[in-house]
Amino acid sequence: MNINATLIGQSIAFFVFVWFTMKFVWPPIMAALEARKKQIADGLAAAERGKHEQELAEKAAKEKIAEAKQQAADIISMAQKRANEIVEESKDKARVEGDRLLTAANAEIEQEVNRAKEHLRGQVVDLAVSGAGRILNKEIDAKAHEALIKDLVAQI
Amino acid sequence: MASENEALTSASYIKHHLTNLTYGQLPDGSWGIAGSAEEAAAMGFWAIHIDTMFFSLGLGALFLYIFSRVGKTMTAGVPTGMQNFVEWIVEFIDTSVRGSFSGKNDLVAPLALTVFCWILLMNLMDLVPIDWVPSLATALGIPYLKIVPTTDPNATFGMALGVFLLILYYSIKVKGVGGFVGELTLQPFGKFGLPVNLFLEGVSLISKPISLALRLFGNLYAGEMIFILIAVMFSAGTVLAAFGGLLQLGWAIFHILIVILQAFIFMTLTIVYMDMAHQEHH
Repeated sequence: MNINATLIGQSIAFFVFVWFTMKFVWPPIMAALEARKKQIADGLAAAERGKHEQELAEKAAKEKIAEAKQQAADIISMAQKRANEIVEESKDKARVEGDRLLTAANAEIEQEVNRAKEHLRGQVVDLAVSGAGRILNKEIDAKAHEALIKDLVAQI
Repeated sequence: MASENEALTSASYIKHHLTNLTYGQLPDGSWGIAGSAEEAAAMGFWAIHIDTMFFSLGLGALFLYIFSRVGKTMTAGVPTGMQNFVEWIVEFIDTSVRGSFSGKNDLVAPLALTVFCWILLMNLMDLVPIDWVPSLATALGIPYLKIVPTTDPNATFGMALGVFLLILYYSIKVKGVGGFVGELTLQPFGKFGLPVNLFLEGVSLISKPISLALRLFGNLYAGEMIFILIAVMFSAGTVLAAFGGLLQLGWAIFHILIVILQAFIFMTLTIVYMDMAHQEHH
């Protein structure tokens, strides 16, 4: 337990060790620790950003879905409207067609009736003429009485 | 060799364990290794404790080797193995320094790391069973060997002296010579109480390195002493030897606490003293 030159040696060793630590040990370790700290901070920030982006994407997706739903509803309602229109249109068409057919039929009928009437009239005239001839017992000169007959026919 | 001509008594055993391997000028004028404690004491100041120097430098080099190797291969990625351990210590030191040191100085944290690890390693030598290495050394023809450098006041005072010089250097660097002298002479009683001030501040300044050195030395020396005393029981019969073994184990486990605590205290006080040196007024 003597104090001797060891004291000086130890002091020198102390300074050398401290110098070495300060120069070669501490800086690289702290640099790596700092780098890791930064890495972790960056990672956390990136995660935060990712989360934010995900939220945005979710919101966008929701909007898209709502839009699509709206569009689908629009399309359906439009289709329904169009269907109704088509039904109405065909109904109208059918009605018009029916009317037209009816009119045509009516006209034809009338024509037929008229024709029948004409025919009948002719026959009646013939009958009348022959009846009258028979009554008068002589041939009516058709030519002589044409005006008369025509007048008769017009009266019928 | 000391134990050849005297019987292995308890006293000589203890004395043997407390004597450093000293190199200096022998009584006959030649230079060599002291053959006894008296011879070592007679060598005066210009002698050197080879064992203290060897183990402290070796352990310091081991610390620097491990830490600089880890520092070289250090990655910012996932730490593994030794890097993890080194990071743990470095972050612990860094937290301590940030907590106690308010100034700005790149020296303080490396200083604290060196002091802590070096003292811790030196203290840990205390846990090596006390007879192993000295017995081996005796077998190799080395008469004395103390493997715990911190039980040598030269080592603790050497470090305390280093810290003291740093305190003086930074006190003067930060406050200037005038500021430092003023701090020593003008507080706490103003300029009219100058001698008293100088005495009080001088004592408080000088007491810093002395208390640092003596606290570490005292604790480790006492711990070593108890190991030696328990070891004496080994030669006192089977029952006592077994009991001594148990005590040795118990004391070693308890001593781990002191080993770490003293390293921590030395480091913390170093940081605090450096902080005080950087403060304009305290």
